[in-house]
Amino acid sequence: MTILIAILSRLAKAALTLLAIAVLNFCLLHAAPGDPAVVLAGEAGAADEQMIAQLRERFGLDQPLYVQLGKYIAGIVQLDLGYSFRQSAPVIDLIAERLPATLLLTLTAFVISLTCGIALGVAAAARVGKVSDSLLTTLALLFYATPLYWLALMAVLVFSVWLGWLPGFGYETVGSDFSGLARALDILKHLILPALTLGLFFMAVYMRMTRASMLEVSTADFVKTAKAKGLSGPVIRRRHILRNAILPVVTLAGLQAGQLVGGAVLTETVFAWPGIGRLMFESLAARDYNTILGVFLVSAAMVILFNIVTDIVYRIVDPRIGARA
Amino acid sequence: MWKRFRTNIGAMVGVVLLIAVILIAIFAPLIFANTPWQMVQRPFLAPFAMESLPLGTDTLGRDVAAQLAYGARVSLLVGLVSTLVALLIGVPLGALAGFYGGYVDEGAMRFTEFFQTIPNFALAIVLVAIFEPTLASITLAIAIVSWPPVARLVRAEVMSVRKREFVDAATLAGLSKPRILVRQVLPNTVSPIIVMASLMVATAILLESSLSFLGLGDPNAMSWGYMIGAARTVIRSAWWLSFFPGIAIVITVLALNLIGEGLNDALNPHLSRKGKA
Repeated sequence: MTILIAILSRLAKAALTLLAIAVLNFCLLHAAPGDPAVVLAGEAGAADEQMIAQLRERFGLDQPLYVQLGKYIAGIVQLDLGYSFRQSAPVIDLIAERLPATLLLTLTAFVISLTCGIALGVAAAARVGKVSDSLLTTLALLFYATPLYWLALMAVLVFSVWLGWLPGFGYETVGSDFSGLARALDILKHLILPALTLGLFFMAVYMRMTRASMLEVSTADFVKTAKAKGLSGPVIRRRHILRNAILPVVTLAGLQAGQLVGGAVLTETVFAWPGIGRLMFESLAARDYNTILGVFLVSAAMVILFNIVTDIVYRIVDPRIGARA
Repeated sequence: MWKRFRTNIGAMVGVVLLIAVILIAIFAPLIFANTPWQMVQRPFLAPFAMESLPLGTDTLGRDVAAQLAYGARVSLLVGLVSTLVALLIGVPLGALAGFYGGYVDEGAMRFTEFFQTIPNFALAIVLVAIFEPTLASITLAIAIVSWPPVARLVRAEVMSVRKREFVDAATLAGLSKPRILVRQVLPNTVSPIIVMASLMVATAILLESSLSFLGLGDPNAMSWGYMIGAARTVIRSAWWLSFFPGIAIVITVLALNLIGEGLNDALNPHLSRKGKA
């Protein structure tokens, strides 16, 4: 029951946040240098005079700002994110078509980075001070300093161009008529490199956090008690230390969700992954502001969703939170 | 404190690397006769093929080594200035929230939370795309997406410091509240801010390079991200064009992270011992 109330209040907060972002988008459109109608139509001669006049009327650009804001928000509430003149399609259709690919990529990367990061962090903490610990810590430090898009490019170079093990481009083999399991396998093969490169940075983050957290908890009194009871090292680590050490990692994972979604823009650009990140990249060169702002709003919604999920996970991992609320 | 910092091998490696990058950035025009925009040889000259062009040439026959040196200027400048601007936003906001509490705190924290929810790289893209890519707009966009952690940190620090006895003493001595905040409380929060700032410069450099990789760099400034972005489509035939700028970014960011960790261990020895126990 408490969980239900918590989720409802989170949803209300999420709606408010999205509304604030919509207002921010509106302000940005009007702050952009130049005539808002031209900005909306996309620059570089995509729109003729007649179209711009239509736009002016449709968005009421001759009316006071608050009326325009009202119209804009009303549109967004009805899932109308505007029209992309570059791609000749409503922005919401463009995004809906590409969202599944982005969700598949970010969720896979999230799961890989969290599970591997925690596992490696536990392993490093168990071998603290030994060579394998230093090796893992150094590697994590290195990945922490590596630009995501560069890592992705190098992965394409090594595993796709030189070794030819995995495809480095696209979502599935073009022109193949795979169906069912064969198609799923084909997509999986295309998914490996993008998901791994997107996940590696965050894996490094979670590994460092888990290691530090494990070491901190291992000095607690209840661990001494467990040792005094004669429990074995692995049992103490798994049952006593990890369960407490994992909490700050889950919190951090929620906070990092935004970075993960932002990172997808870079990964999708390098791998030509047909998601909303790639859509944003393509819209940048075309100055298609409607699409850019639409993707921005949807990615913020994705981050909020990730946050709510980690919040629920947190409540399951740590029942004390629910009791307190 | 300096003794602890000096004996930290990682931190010293970081300092040496960073000094090297700074020197290259400052003396770029003296080291390289070519500007990074000048065509000096045939395009796609492989590295180590000519002694005068150790890292080869790019798709337009420009000197890659010179481009790297000039790119260091952009990275360091944007990293440093955007961090300073982020501190200018985050420190006052966090300090006011932590010191006055109540509605001020509530309002400031809602505002901060909002900015933390927005995917920060996506917001930076949107800001730079709308306000035209220039060094100023890029720096400002990075500052706008990086101040929230500063505000939270300063708020937490101020909240713990303001309960200490010397603050009560200052109140009894009749000092005004703003004066206590600026003169007594804030100076005691400086060390964690320094640690965070050094790590923020590293993150800002990564952000700047990511923006210019996407084509949102200042068209008048040579940057590492731009070099990788321009070489992305020719990765099959000319791997070195993307490889070297990436190494430059890794070295610079790694150096700053090592320094940040060293500072953290030196300024908070209590915490670091716990971490290594």
